[in-house]
Amino acid sequence: MRSVVVLQAGPLMSVQDLGRTGYVRMGVSASGPMDEAALRIANRLVGNAQSDALIEFAVTGGRFEVGEPVCFAVTGGAVSITVDGERVDGWASHVLLPGQVLHIGALTNAVWGYLAFSGGVLTEPVLGSRSTHLRSGLGGLEGRRLVPGDALPLGDPADEVLDAPQRVLRMPVPRPAGPIRVIDGPQAGHFDQAAWQSFLREPFVVSGSRDRMAQILEGPLLRAAGGHDIVSDGTVMGSIQVPASGRPIVLMAERQTTGGYPKIATIASVDLPRLAQAMTGSLIRFKRVTQAQAEDLWIARARTLETVLASLDPGADAANEGGRS
Amino acid sequence: MTVPDPMPSAYPRLAANGDRAVVIELSDQISEDTNRRVVALAENLDRQPIAGVIETVPTYRSLLVSYDPLIVRGRDLQVLLLERLSTVRVEEARARRLVVPVLYGGDAGLDLNEMAEMKRMGTADLIALHGAADYRVYMIGFAPGFAYLGGLPEALHTPRLAVPRQRIEAGAIGIGGKQASINSVAGPSGWRFIGRTPIRMFDPTRSDAFLLKAGDHVRFRAIEEDEAAALDAAVAAGTAPIDWEDA
Repeated sequence: MRSVVVLQAGPLMSVQDLGRTGYVRMGVSASGPMDEAALRIANRLVGNAQSDALIEFAVTGGRFEVGEPVCFAVTGGAVSITVDGERVDGWASHVLLPGQVLHIGALTNAVWGYLAFSGGVLTEPVLGSRSTHLRSGLGGLEGRRLVPGDALPLGDPADEVLDAPQRVLRMPVPRPAGPIRVIDGPQAGHFDQAAWQSFLREPFVVSGSRDRMAQILEGPLLRAAGGHDIVSDGTVMGSIQVPASGRPIVLMAERQTTGGYPKIATIASVDLPRLAQAMTGSLIRFKRVTQAQAEDLWIARARTLETVLASLDPGADAANEGGRS
Repeated sequence: MTVPDPMPSAYPRLAANGDRAVVIELSDQISEDTNRRVVALAENLDRQPIAGVIETVPTYRSLLVSYDPLIVRGRDLQVLLLERLSTVRVEEARARRLVVPVLYGGDAGLDLNEMAEMKRMGTADLIALHGAADYRVYMIGFAPGFAYLGGLPEALHTPRLAVPRQRIEAGAIGIGGKQASINSVAGPSGWRFIGRTPIRMFDPTRSDAFLLKAGDHVRFRAIEEDEAAALDAAVAAGTAPIDWEDA
């Protein structure tokens, strides 16, 4: 069977696919990628299905080798990638041969990187997904992060690896600048005018207290006039909950499915990857939008992403000539 | 700046939970009637799905409904959910009860003696009280398969520990405030523990990975060391019987 061996691994490297659906009511959040578009693009670059599994890493990549020729691609952000010391580009497909060593350095403008191999990572699915849920020890490779010495089985590639034309991202997904958009949360009314003014008018720092489960923000402390304890209810990725400390916590891919802190707002889906990929120490601001406006943004983003993905297929180049930005 | 209404006066109340979920709140209090309606609405949506709804999460007093905005918009979904709620009948006839064998005390019963002292009762009385009650699963949350059980006799209500313990094993039988629990996975916890069950509430290798869902009932049955050991072996072999009765 085809496989990839991890020779060296960054601190938070795990197997991910699009995530687990249907088990939130059983206490299992979706998990899946922190930056879904980057996962989808990585898969398409190597000719995989969107649902295939790949390797997600935080900040630092690692070193890898394979037993048979495979096609690979690295996405997520700017990073040094070499094959036997020769530099190759990110956001593009390359061939890795047995005996060669792939090295991925540290991301310089993002937090989460994606490494896809043709054929996809074929660890055993758990509850319908290969995504690792580190907090629960589910999925991926034994429910844990990857460490040197791990061997991951790979599927058979759809394309003939050695003859396949290179696929290159020429039309990046535009990542909007400006404030992170939020929708009033289910307990928006727990927060008074002063708290809302602080929340919307002052900047927050993306703190180093972050992982696949949550992101803590530093900035003005937000007091919930209506109290910091509620009867526990459901959470979503992007829920901004405020415990008694007043420090907002943004729940991410491996969040707890229910929680007892008031949720002032929810990050618009279109801006979730921006928060996930914001460098530690960077400043963010929030801007309030309605649910309908956020849906419009998300629908537009989904269409753009479809166009971007289609542009990666062999033969799509002619149609997209000059599309590089 | 418009500040959201701090005191929603009327229930049911619908609220956005981002751009891919809405929440329908039936109350801001915990009650069995409210929870029955939440569970009934969730089951109704399972039987007759609304196009675009991806999954639902029943909790104490509200239902989270996640959706795909490419198929249904939040505003329209809110209207559909209100309509659906008005047609839902609460049927408790179909409720089932899981009988959970418990070895009280021992290594897993970390707090049994201290709790008995706090309550000024013998451990046997405490065990009898805990074992005689009928519990209801209000919701599953926090961790895979973790059931929040209502119905703990008032005499057993006990505050959580000030400092959580770092690791409590799966199967530990807990008490936290007014609630009872069965630990579904190992992990940190500030609840009090009085025993353990060999039965696994969550086992991803089992065909029914999760034993309990919101709306189920639970009762506890005291067992001795030899039965616990036999059940441990059966659980390890994947042959442990799961004991359901009509609630």
